[in-house]
Amino acid sequence: MLDQMRAAGLPKRADVVVVGGGIIGCAIARELSRYSLAVVVLERAPDVATGTSKANSGILHAGFDAEPGTWKARLNVRGSRLYQSISEELGIPRRRVGSLVVARDEGQLGAIEELRRHGVENGLTGLALWGPDQLLAHEPNISPDVAGALWAPTAAIVCPFLATIALAENAIRNGAGIITECEVIGIEVVDQATTAVETNLGRIETRFVVNAAGVHSGDVARMAGDESFTIKPRRGEYILFDRSVGDLVRSVVFPTPNKVSKGILVAPTVHGNVFIGPNATEIDDLDDQETTSPGFAEIISGARRVVPKLPLAAAITEFAGVRAAAGNDFVIGPSPVVRGLVHAAGIQSPGLTAAPAIAEAIAEILAEAGLKLKPNSSFVPVNPVQPNFAHLNPCEQAKLIAADPLYGRVICRCETITEGEIVAAIRAPCGARTMDGVKRRVRTAMGRCQGGFCGPRVTAILARELGIPVTAVRKDGAASWLFVSREDLETAEQAYA
Amino acid sequence: MRDSRYDVVTIGGGPAGMAAAISAKKAGAKRVLIIERDRELGGILQQCIHNGFGLRRFEKELTGPGYAHRFIEMVKSAGIDVWLDSTVLSADPGCIVTSVNPEKGLRVVVSSSVVHAMGCRERTRGAIRIPGSRPAGVFTAGAAQRVVNMEGYLPGRNVVIIGSGDIGLIMARRMTLEGAKVKAVFEILPYSNGLNRNIVQCLEDFGIPLYLSHSVVAVHGADRVTGVTVAQVDESMNPIAGTEFDVDCDCVLLSVGLIPENELGRASGVQIDPVTGGAVVDQFRRTSLPGYFAAGNVLHVHDLVDWVSLEAETAGRSAALHALGKLPRVGGYRTVRAGDGVRTVLPQRLSPPAGERSVRFYLRASRPMGASVLRLHANDRVVWECQHRVVKPSEMIIADVLWKNIGSGQELAFTVSPAPDVGGGKIEPVAEMAE
Repeated sequence: MLDQMRAAGLPKRADVVVVGGGIIGCAIARELSRYSLAVVVLERAPDVATGTSKANSGILHAGFDAEPGTWKARLNVRGSRLYQSISEELGIPRRRVGSLVVARDEGQLGAIEELRRHGVENGLTGLALWGPDQLLAHEPNISPDVAGALWAPTAAIVCPFLATIALAENAIRNGAGIITECEVIGIEVVDQATTAVETNLGRIETRFVVNAAGVHSGDVARMAGDESFTIKPRRGEYILFDRSVGDLVRSVVFPTPNKVSKGILVAPTVHGNVFIGPNATEIDDLDDQETTSPGFAEIISGARRVVPKLPLAAAITEFAGVRAAAGNDFVIGPSPVVRGLVHAAGIQSPGLTAAPAIAEAIAEILAEAGLKLKPNSSFVPVNPVQPNFAHLNPCEQAKLIAADPLYGRVICRCETITEGEIVAAIRAPCGARTMDGVKRRVRTAMGRCQGGFCGPRVTAILARELGIPVTAVRKDGAASWLFVSREDLETAEQAYA
Repeated sequence: MRDSRYDVVTIGGGPAGMAAAISAKKAGAKRVLIIERDRELGGILQQCIHNGFGLRRFEKELTGPGYAHRFIEMVKSAGIDVWLDSTVLSADPGCIVTSVNPEKGLRVVVSSSVVHAMGCRERTRGAIRIPGSRPAGVFTAGAAQRVVNMEGYLPGRNVVIIGSGDIGLIMARRMTLEGAKVKAVFEILPYSNGLNRNIVQCLEDFGIPLYLSHSVVAVHGADRVTGVTVAQVDESMNPIAGTEFDVDCDCVLLSVGLIPENELGRASGVQIDPVTGGAVVDQFRRTSLPGYFAAGNVLHVHDLVDWVSLEAETAGRSAALHALGKLPRVGGYRTVRAGDGVRTVLPQRLSPPAGERSVRFYLRASRPMGASVLRLHANDRVVWECQHRVVKPSEMIIADVLWKNIGSGQELAFTVSPAPDVGGGKIEPVAEMAE
């Protein structure tokens, strides 16, 4: 029944179908919404930003890591610059905190000098090599036996899911569609050209399909008979700490990287927490987001090499994310097999940073492939600002409550989130449909109690706002129901009878 | 924004806040206010529908709501102001308390005294780093208790409980009575942190197995929990390879400890005891911030609600006397330390006596012991002792010590050590904690 209603919302045809509602798919949809086009994003989960986009380091890398000449190098530096305007337009929390790559010996000093050269070649400015004194003055909690560090002042931190949601919301405001719980099950190809996308909710005719399906982008390519790349998923685990220890580091602190990864870092978040991680474990299952004991041990010991005194008692949660690695570079460009299919795939680090630049590149590639890009004259680049109660001064708070009493009821006491903010997050374009959807938008259950207090209350608000029973409220995934009804269980008396 | 003036304000309307407000009124405070964020008074008691409350305070066995009801009636008849559905945003130096309510908006209260009575919160999965996926169906036991007893829903059908604290034990029984299957309770320690009576009445009576020295090493399931992997642990609580086994379940409840909900205290710079997580107080339950007092689980996690009420009566009376200018001034502190065998001691310091004959100390042992002797040392000399047949970290030890025993000792410390033989030792009957 619900599926039928949802199927009615599926367009019959579109100019561009974007497969995947992660940061890449949403950035592409927002970029394409600058033009007069019918664009639709299809997302398998109940919300955007539920794959790699929700579980990563949240870092806008300066851009010195990537080998000059690669997509990664080009799009990282461009993306990092684009975020300055995008975060202001869309109200995405971003802080330019700078990053440090710490060297522990002579060999690593050589390695960071090479990173600096890469950075200069990639067009970065402001890079500097710091000696131990300067480093320790900036980061007093770092291990005192360091040899030096590479300082990159343009590195920033961002909230990755708020970035994705803000891009999605702006795309919707400018006419794009985002359809959740819509899984692509086939791509129709006639004469080596895409003609339609087949989904669980029905069929959409389209000449252009953008493959931004993250870890599943290899599967999507195969649906069109394109086997030009394979995703080899890598899982990264993290431990997040409470804001009470938020001053552990001021900047993003990396060890000197190896060939596979940037290493285990210690970094602040835009919300004032600190995290350690990730490790990099090759896995078989594309959706394997389990954390592990050896993983925790690995990231704790890795982080301790840089910051010896970790406040482990202040850990509030652990999580893992899967990276869609496909070789050393991103897979960006038209399919070598099927016309109209364009890949934005194999997006691993620095994918979050590069996302807006990837979106620009994809728009260019689509234009070259024959898509007409006529400017959308009613394009509005900004999202309206939503009140953040905890950040207002008392006069503003009083005014807000007078205008809408729901802002006077604090639901999440750890983060001081009011019912007004939760309701706004549910009613917004690209609104929250799940508990974790509310959490990603307004930070309920993100604090030290992890939802112990606010969980039942947010459940009730979601049920009321969505007009569904409490037993239909979900945590995150399509079948992640939180509660069962008493009527579903025979009572003890019945069991004994 | 409206300003109002009070003599005593309690932040929180649970058992501590209500008892403090009532005793403040009795001690002569004229204008007394309780600020409570929930839609009714009573705090966590309202979801504790089992019995076992009130044996000390009322010499009667009551349910949680029954215990709360008695205090709510007293609050009403005492003429205490109550603000419900109101959350305190800050409690600043100078006893300025800012709160919000949907209808009344932002309200600033200037008081002579403030009692912190915010209670505690549950430790979470994140705090103890249980690996695995993060599906729906993992709840803290207290949150699940609220959902079952107050909202009328169930957190799952096949349940595994991690930790054998009293809330977990009580929820094992509750879920069984609701028709769910409780597969097992896994406790990482070699002993349970719950009361013996609860192990018998909540587990053994229902045939629910309790695995000691076992830990959940992974949670499985993508959308909803599908099971857990469990392993036996060694003496340093590390999983022993090869002992793993899987248990199918669709729900995991955690009962792994409570932490004082003391963010308002921390934010305003109250000195904190790193072990209890609550404020450092003297025998009047006076914190380091002038005019601020604290009582109940925000100060240290209690085992029985009765002790919460009794402690809060002390804090409320002190808060009233402070408002009336009758509480002795701060100064001349003696320190009280937790020595060998003792994990926490309250109060952590003593002000000079103000006419009272004795001091009541609340202690927690650091490990279970059989026959033991509790000693108070003053300047390294034993000035008082008391024998116990058994000591458990889960049960608070109450020690009433006469001032004449304390004498002029400046450095006080409690210790617990094994006693070779105990005859007729002090045995406290035990009732359940309000959790």
